[in-house]
Amino acid sequence: MTPFPYQPDPTPLIFERSKPGRPGVPVPRATRGAEAYLPAELLREEPPRLPDVPEFEVVRHYVELSLKNHHVDRALYPLGSCTMKYNPKVNEDMARLPGHAGIHPLTPDEFVQGALELMYEVAEALKAIAGMDAITLQPPAGASGEMTGILLARAYHTARGNPRKVVLVPDSAHGTNPATAARADYAVRSLKSDARGQIDLAALRAALNEDVAALMLTNPSTLGRFETDVTEIAKIVHDAGALLYMDGANMNALLGRARPGGFGVDMMHFNLHKTFSTPHGGGGPGAGPVAVTAALAPYLPVPTLERDGERYRRVWDRPDSIGKVHGFDGNYGVLVRAYTYIRINGREGLARVAEGAVLNNRYLSARMADTYPLPFGPGMHESVFSGTFLREHGVKTLDVAKRLLDFGFHAPTIYFPLIVPEALMIEPTETATKDELDRFADVMLAIADEARRTPDVVTGAPHTTPVGRLDESKAARQPNLKYEWPTD
Amino acid sequence: MSKIPDELFYTEEHEYVRRTQDETIVEVGITDYAQGELGDVVYVELPSVGTSFARLDPFGTIEAVKAVSDLFSPMAGTVTEVNEALEQDPSLVNGDPYGEGWMLRFRVKNPAEFEQLMGAEEYAAHIGE
Amino acid sequence: MAYVPHSDADIQAMLETIGVTSMADLFDSIPAAQRSTAAIDVPSALPEVDVVREVTRLARRNAELVCFAGGGIYDHYAPSAVNHILLRSEWYTAYTPYQPEVAQGSLQVIYEFQTMIAELFGLDVANASMYDGPTAAAEAVVMALGVKPDRTDVVIGDSIHPHTRQVISTASGARQLVSLPFGPDGRVDLTKVGDALRGAACVVVQQPNFLGVIEDLEAIAAAAQEAGALLIVAADPVAMAILKSPGSQGADVVVGEGQGLGCAPSFGGPVVGLFAARRDYLRRMPGRLSGATVDHDGRRGFVLTLQAREQQIRREKATSNICTNQALLALAATVHLALLGRTGLRHIAERSLEGAHHAFDAITALPGYEPLVDGPFFKEFAVRTPKPARAILGHAAERGVLAGVALTRFPGFVDREALLIAVTEKRTDDEIARLVDALRTA
Repeated sequence: MTPFPYQPDPTPLIFERSKPGRPGVPVPRATRGAEAYLPAELLREEPPRLPDVPEFEVVRHYVELSLKNHHVDRALYPLGSCTMKYNPKVNEDMARLPGHAGIHPLTPDEFVQGALELMYEVAEALKAIAGMDAITLQPPAGASGEMTGILLARAYHTARGNPRKVVLVPDSAHGTNPATAARADYAVRSLKSDARGQIDLAALRAALNEDVAALMLTNPSTLGRFETDVTEIAKIVHDAGALLYMDGANMNALLGRARPGGFGVDMMHFNLHKTFSTPHGGGGPGAGPVAVTAALAPYLPVPTLERDGERYRRVWDRPDSIGKVHGFDGNYGVLVRAYTYIRINGREGLARVAEGAVLNNRYLSARMADTYPLPFGPGMHESVFSGTFLREHGVKTLDVAKRLLDFGFHAPTIYFPLIVPEALMIEPTETATKDELDRFADVMLAIADEARRTPDVVTGAPHTTPVGRLDESKAARQPNLKYEWPTD
Repeated sequence: MSKIPDELFYTEEHEYVRRTQDETIVEVGITDYAQGELGDVVYVELPSVGTSFARLDPFGTIEAVKAVSDLFSPMAGTVTEVNEALEQDPSLVNGDPYGEGWMLRFRVKNPAEFEQLMGAEEYAAHIGE
Repeated sequence: MAYVPHSDADIQAMLETIGVTSMADLFDSIPAAQRSTAAIDVPSALPEVDVVREVTRLARRNAELVCFAGGGIYDHYAPSAVNHILLRSEWYTAYTPYQPEVAQGSLQVIYEFQTMIAELFGLDVANASMYDGPTAAAEAVVMALGVKPDRTDVVIGDSIHPHTRQVISTASGARQLVSLPFGPDGRVDLTKVGDALRGAACVVVQQPNFLGVIEDLEAIAAAAQEAGALLIVAADPVAMAILKSPGSQGADVVVGEGQGLGCAPSFGGPVVGLFAARRDYLRRMPGRLSGATVDHDGRRGFVLTLQAREQQIRREKATSNICTNQALLALAATVHLALLGRTGLRHIAERSLEGAHHAFDAITALPGYEPLVDGPFFKEFAVRTPKPARAILGHAAERGVLAGVALTRFPGFVDREALLIAVTEKRTDDEIARLVDALRTA
């Protein structure tokens, strides 16, 4: 990955480049020290130890480190369930306009009408896409959206006299689902999937009773497949007085093709960093707006947003609200990017996004399926293959993932969902050309071939990356989580 | 094939029980099979001396790099001793599960519960070996 | 459309390989009754240039004001190099470092970030970041309740940010919030701490607090220790350049809003939550951790570690439901602190301190403006106003100045006609004079 190693290998830590006393970037200075304004007993004796490195060396350091990352702008990043699509450059420019990046969240509403208008428009678009009545943009991530949704369910049931005790989660669900329900003080009951990898209706009926607050459903499921019984599922859930929560992680497959509100969902979260092209940032920020039906609207976090002619305002006086899930109004900078994407694509383009995502995935699945089995068949926007056929050569899914890195591709999501042994979860997204999909499929087939002929090459991979496989046991047994400054 | 010593007793959750010279005290750990399935053990969370458990109560957790599992008390009893060496070196569970990788010693409340544990042959069948 | 790449010929070839005849066939798995027939009710597609015009129009509909507002978000300056690093595709278009061999850049940055945050707060370990300061505080409360399973009371200083209290109340699952009043100096009333803390799992205070005042953490820490409760401090990382670190004063967990370290105000998000703790709590901490290790050739490298705490492995027993962090903002904070170094951060803190004291002196000399409380403050202070604070804000805005935040907008402060005013190193003497003038003429 670093063909011309200008810098020492491994790259030193920024602290190891520090020489005490070197000035950093020039900044404004006070005329008098802190002791002129504050009593000495409040003050530090020594400043915190930070690196003293000149600006150009700081820049070179973080540029050098950047070269050790795979990223969407380099090549296919087929990480299933993460929707690693291209992040349009104009989004970045828009979020950085001083009128967006520079505004303070506690500015009175009359001086931030543009921000409130933008948020209002994003809210309207997402409500239309979801087919739902109301929305909050406040949750800063998908997991936070889930949390908001389950807290809404608790408020809804509490208002009806019984908060209930249990949340049902399919065994194919993302780990955040059970973790969220437990965090909201619900007992979690896992629902076994049926032979199709879908919700088992009999098991669902058996699990439902007046203690169940909600079912958390991912649709399309983590297998990438549409829950064909979803209307029936919604009916069964509603008949028991429970609510249907939809994890919208896979909305990229449904844009303009199906509306969750139309198939009985009571509340759902979006992942703007997946479906609406806002960048993943190396692991955040994201945004996880939650759309709900009218029955749940009274409980949404404060403030909500209202329009009055051409004026917009934040509304705090909502006595039934669950409160706040973020310090301010959510990840506004992410909303600006998503808004830019929605307007450029428009109604026509958004429907084409789902087409492209499904076309690309189905094509890639068709190219690979003769070699890599699909225990539950191809998915819509992503497919889950099984690597068990490689076991006889002593090769695991992990090895295939590592070998892909040598060919310049990021690995798929592996060992998830848990219901597929040796799972390889591949999501190409709509932003891959046929040529790149062909190249990726060819590499996957070549790796299967290597596994048969020269398994050592695969199990010893990666061979070309800045470091080889790392000792994760050592990292966990003797945690080394920060640099120790030499004692002066 | 994993090691399954004949003289020990076993649970379905892969804990073993060893009788000691003191009739009322047993030693508990996890089986060779269990450590193999978990992979490199990185942390073992154990209860403090004096804690009491009913049969099949969770008494701690064991963490590998990408897995975590509850540990279940094979019998009712009270902890008399904890293997403190595991705090410094959890890999003892991998290297010597039936020896230096032991976890607890505890005073058995109800010796009749030995009846509910498996013997070596039965445990071998349980794990399909 | 805009970002879908195929020619008609490609599409035909792909459909043939799949074995279907039309695009519509690809959606066969959606039962007919659930398929949407109508177009999505959003506006039609626009060329990029028109969208730029529209989003720029919205930006211009936000007033450009000289910012004296704080309350958790501060108008500190971020050196240009921060943004240039952030705009590299390698950083912003990557994801969570699941494959460490091709994510050493991200993992090393997290390790550097953890080092800097632990150092600023004076604690043993810091995580890879949280969503923001208030959600980090809620996570700390969850952790404390886990550490003290037989206790339910969570004591919260009335002098913490009201939004932090609201987020803790909504998102921590705490059943019993006990309030801890502040005295005339704006600091936690130390005569009430002992009683409030009896039997509590933890106490949460802020440094400097919501009113800008510097708390006596050593006294609170002593009371917490006496009561066997954890001390959680929400701290401003910029203040750490000059103030004693909460860790050195006895805090068990220090959280904070890291926005002032190189992140734009951005209407309150995305920002970056900070979380550090004593080593005793390492395995109960929420969030990602990057740890140093070696590869098979003994070369230093970094991995996400202690993952068995997290939801992807422990599911409903996880320490938190958090999945990712705010990696890009954590990168901003790391680059920012590297650019400033030891003396740079100190200069910024001292300049903010000095500007705030100059503004305070000038404003409290005006008729009708009096200090709300009289404790020592860092870069923010509250003054009673001779007229409703909201009206003064309107008057100042007409003069191009955002003259702070009206305290009346916050629960717990609705009857306090006062302005909370923050001064960063960015504010010039001339701008402070404009603020004073706006208040004088209001």
